[in-house]
Amino acid sequence: MSPAHYLALSALLMCLGTAGVLLRRNAIIMFMSVELMLNAGNLALVTAARMHGNLDGQVFAFFAMVVAAAEVVVGLAIIMQIFRSRRSASIDDANLLKY
Amino acid sequence: MSIVFWVCATFAIVGGFGMIFSRKAVHSALWLALAMINLAVLYVSQNAEFLGIVQIVVYTGAVMMLFLFVLMIVGVDSSDSLVETIRGHRLATMLATTGFAAIVTVMVVQGVQTLAANDQPTGLDDANSAEGGNVGGIARLLFGRYVFAFEATSALLITAVLGAMVLAHRERFVPAKTQEMLSRERLGDPANAAGLPAPGVYARHNSVSTPALLPDGSVAENSIMDPLAERGVVDDISPYLSVTAAADAATAGEEEAK
Repeated sequence: MSPAHYLALSALLMCLGTAGVLLRRNAIIMFMSVELMLNAGNLALVTAARMHGNLDGQVFAFFAMVVAAAEVVVGLAIIMQIFRSRRSASIDDANLLKY
Repeated sequence: MSIVFWVCATFAIVGGFGMIFSRKAVHSALWLALAMINLAVLYVSQNAEFLGIVQIVVYTGAVMMLFLFVLMIVGVDSSDSLVETIRGHRLATMLATTGFAAIVTVMVVQGVQTLAANDQPTGLDDANSAEGGNVGGIARLLFGRYVFAFEATSALLITAVLGAMVLAHRERFVPAKTQEMLSRERLGDPANAAGLPAPGVYARHNSVSTPALLPDGSVAENSIMDPLAERGVVDDISPYLSVTAAADAATAGEEEAK
């Protein structure tokens, strides 16, 4: 399978993730969409590694996974904290800094 | 390899669409898990065995389970309302996504054209066999050229753990109730001293989602668990009542006949 197919799949998943972040109002689902975008990026990195014949791309993807895991932990803790104070996980309700 | 790609790519895309469009957050999480498992297969099919396994263990195993745990804490009533809260939001989303897709498409097409100018992809067979396998090759890079980035990663992980602990910690403002206090509280209020009423038992239904009746025929609200009421799955008992009344009348008729 040529790398072009993988890159196209990666681009499509990235667009799906973007649409999810923009479309959904639930903070947790927005967060999942961000995860999908990170996965799309990882797929592109892995494809690039195969294209160029060295493993640096895979190491980059590995680091992206580590950062994503740390990000999920902190982000979900923040969402839980917001839910505790507002009883809602919708991002439209977190508007205390608006005015 | 071609079959693997088409099957897994299809499932990954279906998972992505399912995640965006499913109404309940739990369904979204499961769709995303499907997409991630298929991406793991795609990694393995591209000679990235280590990343494929890490993808399954870390993403579908740890991250998605963390999402599901948080959904269980947060999520009972967190299904999105499908009403547009901001006017023109969906239209703007569609436009922005289309624009982004156009940019990405141009990038991919350009990349593919330069790719076509070159030969076939180099492939990882040489790189993988140099250190006796994919894991060895990644380890050589990770603990060699990228060792400082790797060390920084450990600092990042420790910071994330501390941050999560600080953020998720809740200060207790009132002391926890002891068993004695709970017991006194319950007996001090004679209304429910014998416990809350059990769910209703009717001729055809005795599930926990059917409320009991009070002596005056009204519904006993506290015979239903709060989470069920929050989810809105409490049964309407009026159809059961007529069946129960009919069964009662039949029983009474039989007894009179005896």
